This record gives sequence, C-alpha cells and structure tokens, in this order.
Amino acid sequence: MDVFPYLVAGWVFLAGCYGLATSRNLIHAVGCLSVCQAGTYVLLLTVGYRDGATAPVFSDLKPGSRPVVDPVVQALTLTDVVVGATVTALLLALVVQISKRHGTVDPDELSELRG
Amino acid sequence: MDDSLPLLVAVPLLGAALLVAGGRLVPRPVAETVGCAVSAGTAALALVLLLNCSPPFLEWAGGWTPVDGQSVGIVLTGDGPGLGMAALASLLTLAALAYSWHYFDEPPRGHAGSFPALLLLFQGGMCGFAIAGDLFNAFVWFELMSVVAYALTGHRVEEARAVQGALTFAVVTSLGAYAMLMGIGLLYARTGELGMHRIGRGLDAHGRPDALVLAAFVLVMTGLLVKAAAVPFHFWLPDAHAVAPTPVCMLLSGVMVELGAFGVWRVYGTVFSGPGGVPAPEFERALVALGALTAVIGAVMCWYQRHIKRLLAYSTVAHTGLFLIGIGVLKPEADDGIALYVLGHAGVKAALFACTGILLDRYGSVDEHALHGRARELKGVAVLFVLGALGLAGLPPFGTALGKSVTEEAVGGPLTVLYVAASAVTAAAVLRVAARVFGGLGPRPEVGSGYETTGSGERPETRHRLSRVPDTMTAVPAVLLAGAVTVGVAPGFAKVVAHSVNETGSAGVFTSVHWTPDGVLLGLVSTVLAGVLAFLAVMRPKPFAAPERALPLRRLQSGHVGDYVAWVLVGTTVLGALTLPGMLGG
Repeated sequence: MDVFPYLVAGWVFLAGCYGLATSRNLIHAVGCLSVCQAGTYVLLLTVGYRDGATAPVFSDLKPGSRPVVDPVVQALTLTDVVVGATVTALLLALVVQISKRHGTVDPDELSELRG
Repeated sequence: MDDSLPLLVAVPLLGAALLVAGGRLVPRPVAETVGCAVSAGTAALALVLLLNCSPPFLEWAGGWTPVDGQSVGIVLTGDGPGLGMAALASLLTLAALAYSWHYFDEPPRGHAGSFPALLLLFQGGMCGFAIAGDLFNAFVWFELMSVVAYALTGHRVEEARAVQGALTFAVVTSLGAYAMLMGIGLLYARTGELGMHRIGRGLDAHGRPDALVLAAFVLVMTGLLVKAAAVPFHFWLPDAHAVAPTPVCMLLSGVMVELGAFGVWRVYGTVFSGPGGVPAPEFERALVALGALTAVIGAVMCWYQRHIKRLLAYSTVAHTGLFLIGIGVLKPEADDGIALYVLGHAGVKAALFACTGILLDRYGSVDEHALHGRARELKGVAVLFVLGALGLAGLPPFGTALGKSVTEEAVGGPLTVLYVAASAVTAAAVLRVAARVFGGLGPRPEVGSGYETTGSGERPETRHRLSRVPDTMTAVPAVLLAGAVTVGVAPGFAKVVAHSVNETGSAGVFTSVHWTPDGVLLGLVSTVLAGVLAFLAVMRPKPFAAPERALPLRRLQSGHVGDYVAWVLVGTTVLGALTLPGMLGG
C-alpha cells in the first residue's frame, strides 16, 4: 500500500484548516472549508483505489473478468460532494447577507458577539 | 412494526417537502397545523416503536439485507436509546412549533410554510442521526441536521448578528463533520465496512489497535464533540444560541447538542470498545478530562453572562460536560443516570428558553441589567422561570435531579463535587436573572466591562411587541416543566429507561435506578447552594461581578471564526494526546 496519497489527503485537509484560521476574507474562508473537504475526497478515493483496475461499470464488462475499483467509496464521495455543495451554497448566501448587514467580509471586523 | 423504522425520517421529510411546495398557496394557520400534525405523528410513531423495541431490532432500508454476512445496505437501529432520542427530538419539535404558533414572525413574507418546513427537516435529521446504524449515514444525517440548524440560526437574515452567528456555527460544525468523514474513511480502509457493529468486529479481527485506529478515533470523536460543544470545541454554541430564534434555541439546547454526546456513546460502544479499538482507560481519561474542563468553563462563563440566552447557552455547555463525564466513566449506572438527566434537562432548558423568548418579545431585550425589575407584572412566567432554575439545580423530584443523583453515585469521589458545583452555579445564574428581572431585587447593576454581548436592543421575534402573552407561549414551558418532573416521579419510568439503556449498552449488566437518600440530599445541597449564591450575587453585585482575571477567559470567546477553527485543531490534538499513552504502552 502506498502511503503517499494518504499524506496528500492529510496535507490538503490541514492546508484548508490553516487557511480558515488565518483568513481575512469570509469568501476565502468558505473556499478554505471546501479545500478541507477536498481532503476528504482524496482520502475516500485513495481508499477505494486498486492498481490496474477499471471503473466499476459492468455494462460492457463481464463481472469477475478484471479488477475494478471499490464502488462504495465512489458513492460516498458523490454523497460528500452533494453535501459540500449544499453547505458551500448556504455559507456563501450567509456571506452575502453579512456583507449587506455589516458592510464588510473581514472576520476581524465582525466582533459583535463576544465575551 | 417490522419496517416502519425509516418512516421516522421519511414522514418529516415528506411533510417538509409538502410545506415548501404548498406553503405559498395556503394561509398560515393551515401550514402550521400541517407542521404540528406531521411532527406529532412522527413523535407518536417514535413512541410506539420505543414501546416495542425490546429486544432491540435492526432494519435494512430498502430490503438490502446481508448476503453471507456481506452487505452494502443501510442499516437502521431500533433500540431504546436511539428511539428515545428520536422521540425526544420529535416531542421538542412539536413543542417548538406550538410555541411559535401564529405569533412568530416569518421573514419570507407570504411564505407561511418555510419555518415549519425547516423545523420538520431538522426533526428528520435528528431522528435519522439517532437511529443510524452505520457510520456514513450517521454522517449524512449529522450534516442534514447541521445544515438545517445553520439555516434556522440565521433565519432572521435581516439581522446583522444572526447571520454572523450562523456563519460561525456553520464553519466550525462543518469542519468537525469533515474530520468525522476522514475518520470514517480510515475505518472503511481498515475494515471494508460501514455498519458500526461490523466495523467494530472488523477492528477486533485485525488485532491490536495501531496509529490508524487512533487517528480514526480522534477524527470521528472531533466531529461528534464539536456537535456536543465540549471545550475547546464549544465556541460556536453561545454565538449561535444568542442569535437563533427562541423555538430554535429550544431544539438546539434541548436535544441537538445532546445528540452529539449520544453519538459519542454510540460510536464508542459499538465501534471502539472491543480489543481492537481504543482501550477503556484511555477513553475514560480523555472524556472525563474534557468533560470536567467543559463543566468548569461552562459554569464560570455562565455566571459572567448578562445576555440571558448566552447565559442559558453556557449552562448547556456546562451540562454537556457533565453528560460527557457520565458517558466517559463507562459504568452502566452512569449511562442510566445520563439518559434520565438528558430527558429532564431537555424539558427544563427548553422551558427556560421559552420564558426568555417571552421576555424578548415583550420588552425587546434579553439583557439582565436593562430588564432589571421590568418584568414584575409577568407573575406566571416568573414562576415558570424559577421552577426551571430549580430543575437545573437538581431539586427533587425533577428528572434532572434523579438522573444527576444516579450519575453522581456512579462516578463517585471528586467528580460528585463537580456535579453539585456545576449544576449549582448554572442554576444560581438563572435564579439571579429571575430575582433581578422578575423581582427587581437588589441594586440596579452597573454597566459592565464592555467586552461582552449585552443583549439589549434585540428585535422581538413576533410581528409587534406583545402587549399580552399568548397562551401557547406560556403553556409550552409549563408542559415542558411538567414533563421534566414526570421523568423524576412517574413510577417505573426510570426503570424502563435504565432497562432499555442497559439492554443496548452495557453487555448484559442490568442496574436498578431509584431515588436514594444520598441522591435527594445532594440535590437539595446543590439547590440550596444555588439559592445562596444567587441571593449574594443580587444583594452584593460588586464582589460577584466578573473580576479582571476572568477577562482572558472572556477574550477567548472573540467571535472570530478563525480563532474557533484554531481551537478545534487544538482540541483534536489534545484528544489525540490524551488517548495516545495507552496505545503506546500496552
């Protein structure tokens, strides 16, 4: 088993976290959250990958004739993409509304809720 | 009985779809009646299933039953704790819908169905999470529940603070959810299974735990603990509660946060408790340490708040800490106690939020200092508020008191002191608010340090400021408090709860749960302590106000989303550090 893709997944996730923690713009922060999620895609696809295997589509492939990659993780990734799209859309809508109400998208200037 | 388990999720989802599609066409009373009917129907279904769930049963959605022990189907678990949480979530949704009946102002004008539809979606997500038998579906329901909660928190989109709180909530909880998904991916990589039981067996078959199991444990727990608002994952909770509409606060504090703790219990018990998972002492150390920290910080911050909703939110943080300790000690009695405590706490906390909502809608403020003495005429609400505070303190015969006393005896030692102290301090803060706001007692408090959210100048959630409190808004907290008392006094109820929890959780060890003299005494002690603290704080505000040295603690709650994300990472690291030693040594 090659460990490299797992490291990439962890790296992408942490890079997103770093971006979230240091972001000066909420749209950028939402993008960073998507980067975190991209880390999960990489991890899931890595888990299902098999050397020399093909896509698990059996329309022109005799079952058992050659190895296929794990279809379960691909389904999980697709579900994850759908979830992510919803979250990102909602977050961007909230950012638009924040920009309207506060006149800024810099998290450093949003300090009404504290203490 | 056989295949009605998925209906717990399907009915609210269909109801929500119906309301979204038809909400534009029907008048408001019709939309709200449909909402109430659907949530009540789901609650009834959950209760019927709950009464028939001994022995616990599994259900494969869509008939995808395992073939030769292999399955790709979605498994739902119909056991006491899961169905109990689903029933609690449904009943509280019904209470929230009844509370907002006709008076709650809806921002999208002319779309009467949107708010009840969102609440039904929320209910569907919570029920799904409670009965999920496989980890990936637990993640999906977790996300559905969370996304609806973000939308509900920011429901009043015209308000600057509401959207800000919703965004913080959304970013932090989503990050937690993605961490959880990473952990699920790792578990799938190791075992090739998604069903919780089968993952557990797969881990055991693989032998001793290694770095992968530790990483998966830490990542999955991060997601669940963010939901459960354990310190230092808790920062989103006060911000979200301060800005969310009152009926939503009732649900967030009453059941959603507890679902995070329930998830911790369920995932540890079915996935990681075997020889291939995380050893019990490591889990105990991690959870008791985080729980104790959560209880202390929640109670201290609760005491220093003047924004009443934030105060109640921190009290939820403190109580979650107590729940986590009870789950962490891994004793069957503690599990029973926590189950009762969660039920009682849901009633009491939702009732307190409901009373606060009445204050907000009548006076346009939830600031303890600005409201000083203004609510003298609301006698009935004052009684409910004080009763809620006493329930929070654990005054027998409230369900909170029974659950707390059972857990206290199970955990024993210095942790008992923590239970008494945390519940006394949070209840004292609520009593202090009651004395000042409803009684006008003590000197008028001075203006604070400025580094705090005051809660004055909030917009009422009703269309106009209430001149008369509608009956539904006072009936709901009264019923909820009655429910919290019933948990404690109904003969046999505690035994049934304990039996169904033990049947699933404690490997055949059945315990009996009842009031004990020691438990009653401890409940009385914490109530008296709360009363004394509140009295002193009202009469002598100076020495009991937030001192300078509390300021660093306040500064942590900076309202800055980047800080909160950094704290989530710190928390994940701490969780790993607390769990690591036993993995290396043994």
